[in-house]
Amino acid sequence: MKGILICGEPKEKKITSVSKELITTGKGLSSVLDQSLDFLLIGEKCENAAIEAANLGVDRVLTVQGPGSSDLHPERLVAILAQVCKQNDPMVILLGQTDMGRDVAPRLAAKLGANVCMDCVDLVFDESSKELILTKPVYGGNAMAQWALKNHRQLVVTMRPRSEKPAEPDPSHKGRMESISIEFEETQIRTQLMETTCTEGKGIKLEEAKVIVAGGGGIGGSEGFGLIQELAVVLGAAVGITRVPSDENWMPKSLEIGQTGHMVSPNLYIAVGISGAPQHLSGCSHSKIIVAINKDPEASIFGMADFGIVGDYREVLPALIEKLKALKE
Amino acid sequence: MNIIVCIKQIQDPEIPASKFRLGADGKKVIPPEGIPPVINPYDEQAVELALRIKEKRGGQITILTIGEEGASRAVKHALAMGADEGILLQDLTFEGSDSLATAHILTRAIQKIEEFDLILCGRQAADWDEGLVGSILAENLELPLVTLAESADFIEDRWRVKRVILDGYQIFAAPSPAVLTVSHELGPPRLPSGWGIITASKKEIPVWDAKFIGTEPTQIGADASRKKLIKLFIPQRERKCDKIEGEKPEDATSRLVEKLRTAGVL
Repeated sequence: MKGILICGEPKEKKITSVSKELITTGKGLSSVLDQSLDFLLIGEKCENAAIEAANLGVDRVLTVQGPGSSDLHPERLVAILAQVCKQNDPMVILLGQTDMGRDVAPRLAAKLGANVCMDCVDLVFDESSKELILTKPVYGGNAMAQWALKNHRQLVVTMRPRSEKPAEPDPSHKGRMESISIEFEETQIRTQLMETTCTEGKGIKLEEAKVIVAGGGGIGGSEGFGLIQELAVVLGAAVGITRVPSDENWMPKSLEIGQTGHMVSPNLYIAVGISGAPQHLSGCSHSKIIVAINKDPEASIFGMADFGIVGDYREVLPALIEKLKALKE
Repeated sequence: MNIIVCIKQIQDPEIPASKFRLGADGKKVIPPEGIPPVINPYDEQAVELALRIKEKRGGQITILTIGEEGASRAVKHALAMGADEGILLQDLTFEGSDSLATAHILTRAIQKIEEFDLILCGRQAADWDEGLVGSILAENLELPLVTLAESADFIEDRWRVKRVILDGYQIFAAPSPAVLTVSHELGPPRLPSGWGIITASKKEIPVWDAKFIGTEPTQIGADASRKKLIKLFIPQRERKCDKIEGEKPEDATSRLVEKLRTAGVL
């Protein structure tokens, strides 16, 4: 086994922010382990994304030509990845805890007979014990677990988005590009992908938003989200939700922030009617400033916020919207 | 449609964070006093999906779990919801098994069940939050897998599965038998009925041991675990909150806006 392999994700001729974060993690490991760092991209027309990755300080960018990766079938990805791993025999395989990583990593590990750890926030090599140290949130974010692993067995790891800073361009170290061809048996593909539909489409993407207004169970119903949306418009913000509005169908499920939804880190996060469950907080705790608006002064969200207003959102939000409108004019 | 649902009994994940405690050695979670363990909520939703399919297509639902005698509580809950049978996989050698070992035990148990059309697992267990067992089980059994299912039905000769993705959904078709991991977007599971609770309490839950299902001793238990737990710790998310209380909304929001401008986020 040698080297570290990152499974990158291309998006609109670039690589995703999570892919850049994986490069940061990968670089740290490769320097302390003295191993080469490969970055893999699968999908058609990913040349521009490959060039971007090559400038971020990896040793090699491998591209596998294939159909558009957004629609790429998870089984196909696993088949391709398993082949790449057999050819290159990396000691660590890094993926993001994304739609792709969540699905692909467990299957890949099973196929390779590798160790696997999902949803890590930290991965380092401890030189004194010669062990890899993995840290991951457990019990819905109530606790963190730290595991040690001898690195004599292949390891597949997914890293939670926003766990690291994205890698910056490194002009002194340009990765070389290699296109590889992979063959696998079509009979390995057991399921058929019929359709992919994106429902989030309009508005600002949560991951990219500088300001987010999020509503929780305390909003009490879909009507209440009218105020949330109004505030978001005034602020140029994206709207997010917690588990309760999602379960109760008050708002589209694709807006959920937290352990099983979006991981966000805006400059300003306004949590309205949100109690502060760890499952939700683990998706927004990297925000620069958190504001809590809740009528329960004992709500645990206040302990995790920088600023808070104790009060009914039906009274607080209209006043806040007025203030912000006046400020704009 | 004969459906197998794999479930796990865990500490109630809905307890408030203030009741969450770690042992002094930093390696164990202390179960909160007076709050009994529950069926993993994602697995409960897998049972719900099985029941929805059964209502439409008929068939039999079998619940599988690994654990000590106490784990039959979770099985009883699933039976009370409407599942038909439960099996408890129990053996001293199973203790301390990690996700890979768990998948191995379930694989061997399922190989003992001759006829089935679908295997359902929750997307992850709300204790270790790994999300590995269902996928590895599918690989072990060489069966088609769709993860994060929000709904599923058997149409013509295939499973049609709606899979949740971050920005929307995908539709997959899979031949039978297939493995699905079930996501919470499926919606709240039903409550057990009074009649369900009575019938469940009368049902025998057979116990299958390592010898009966034929697990490989080197693959299971704490010794087979691939990672060594160093410690557990509670993450520090606390911030010092500047809290405005007991003021009129106009005044409170004025002060908030000012503070946010000073902080440079407005």
